[in-house]
Amino acid sequence: MEKKYISHNSLMNWLTKLNDEGSQIYAPVAKGDKTDYKQITSVEEISMDHIQTTQSAKAVAFPRTEKLFSYKKENGDVTLQNFETTSIPETVVFGIHPCDAAGFKPLSGIFNWDTPDLPFNERMKRTTLIAVSCTQCDEFCFCTSVNGSPGNTAGSDILLTPVKDGYLAEIITEKGENLADKHSTFFEADPNINKEEYLAKVPVQFSLEELNKKISNMFESPVWKQQSERCLGCGACAYVCPTCACFDIQEDAHGSSGNRLRCWDACGFSLFTMHTSGHNPREVQSQRWRQRLLHKFSYMPERISVRGCTGCGRCSRACPVDMNIAEHLTEIASL
Amino acid sequence: MMDNSNIYLPHLMTIEKITQEAPGVKTFRLKFKDEEAGNNFEFKAGQFGEYSAFGEGESTFCIASSPTRKGYIECTFRETGKVTSALAKLEEGQTMGFRGPFGNTFPMDEWKGKNLLFIAGGIALPPMRCVIWNALDTRENFGDVSILYGAKSVADLVYKHELKEWDERPDVRLATTVDPGGETSDWKGEVGFVPSVLEKMNPSPENTVAIVCGPPIMIKFTFPVLEKLGFTDENIYTTLENRMKCGVGKCGRCNVGSQYVCKDGPVFSKVELEALPAEY
Repeated sequence: MEKKYISHNSLMNWLTKLNDEGSQIYAPVAKGDKTDYKQITSVEEISMDHIQTTQSAKAVAFPRTEKLFSYKKENGDVTLQNFETTSIPETVVFGIHPCDAAGFKPLSGIFNWDTPDLPFNERMKRTTLIAVSCTQCDEFCFCTSVNGSPGNTAGSDILLTPVKDGYLAEIITEKGENLADKHSTFFEADPNINKEEYLAKVPVQFSLEELNKKISNMFESPVWKQQSERCLGCGACAYVCPTCACFDIQEDAHGSSGNRLRCWDACGFSLFTMHTSGHNPREVQSQRWRQRLLHKFSYMPERISVRGCTGCGRCSRACPVDMNIAEHLTEIASL
Repeated sequence: MMDNSNIYLPHLMTIEKITQEAPGVKTFRLKFKDEEAGNNFEFKAGQFGEYSAFGEGESTFCIASSPTRKGYIECTFRETGKVTSALAKLEEGQTMGFRGPFGNTFPMDEWKGKNLLFIAGGIALPPMRCVIWNALDTRENFGDVSILYGAKSVADLVYKHELKEWDERPDVRLATTVDPGGETSDWKGEVGFVPSVLEKMNPSPENTVAIVCGPPIMIKFTFPVLEKLGFTDENIYTTLENRMKCGVGKCGRCNVGSQYVCKDGPVFSKVELEALPAEY
């Protein structure tokens, strides 16, 4: 891994240049008291004052709604128009935190564990992630409890750590290298800075080892009912999560033509598993809460060797009834 | 598929033949529009597909025809939701979509030399019909073949003329039953629920595999009868019918423990079923 230095001004000029050359740039943009990733046309729009954006950056590779193919019906016959990979532009995501960058690994695990998912992979292929280490955190952050850290390089193509007057740039992947090499003049030599001094201090809230030991054998535990008593089943936690990948397949019909769409869905919704017969394997909210936690911390590690949580804390910030996942995981780890 | 790299893109299929099996239940015989795709298509008994009514979406059901019958596939479905209702409106010669085959298969090679006991309820005969015809088309591979099939009423029995064909075959033992009140004046079969008729049939567990498909309530009451008759968990098979969308282990809907019914199922032995968390 190569280390370099980039000043704030050079960084902004570099992003401008990349934008001018045709890459679409996604970056955090503030609106009211919320900050979210938006496609920008000018670096003036970028805001880095937030601790965490409301939404994760997963939509770059797994859009909230995307067209899988189109169809046209004529006299009882049908023609299909396949998913068009050529329409996906080169994309640079700037300003995600390491917990978001790490989220692309579980997503990739889900979309590739058996059959490769073309739309996801094609979008990922054209996406470069420029992450920024966290210099501040809040009570919802728990990346250090799930083997992450505010300066974790996993998942990023380039990781920038804000240091004096600029950034320490760690060029992690070939994709990152290609992007940095495109305009190497914006970068300076490695200033030999210890980035740890600049990183937020995120306290470890629970022992991951204890959690792993216990959670796999807890299917029948009364803890799920107790923890989910106030869960509304609104799905907000899943929609803001960087690793949740449950989806629905829907039709967008316009007369004789239309599109087949993939849309985000959530295992917390009461109808998610409802059979046509009316039988529902997860008919109460506690079963759905159990599924959420077991899927992330037991089933995914068992099945695809990756945890479905990066400790970003968004689910807890978004929860309208203040359910705090870190508190619940701490409780489970200490059982 | 038109392009193998997009797992969500269906094959286009021509509806060659429609059979009205029972009120609201139809069988479609489907042929691949793309001849090459049709020639390359292979599946095994137990697998399922995602069937498209373009404009309404996809629905999941088994491939109801046997892999021994080449050149077409069949599906049997009941009109229950918007997709199946839209499919039911299609006519012979028209086009629909199919993705598959998905899922695992019945271990028919392992069953060679064994007796087969099929126990089905209602609209769950179609997944079993695939296995039944597969076994009957390779009859020399198996011992006794017994079929117990029950439905709510005489009208609700599907594949009526195939039931007649199986009944007339000397190498098949068939018992049909309808729920009390579902019989007609000329009904010659049994009257009663599947588990009690099974008990009355008293099949021998000796070298026999029991394949059970039906509504959860039927399966729940059939398993104890099989156990009472001496069947071991290793020799009992069923299919899980969890709700699915993608069919390829991604959408998360059919997840039971670390298993995906669409990938690891839909066929499970009772041993495998017992190892799953009870969430199906």
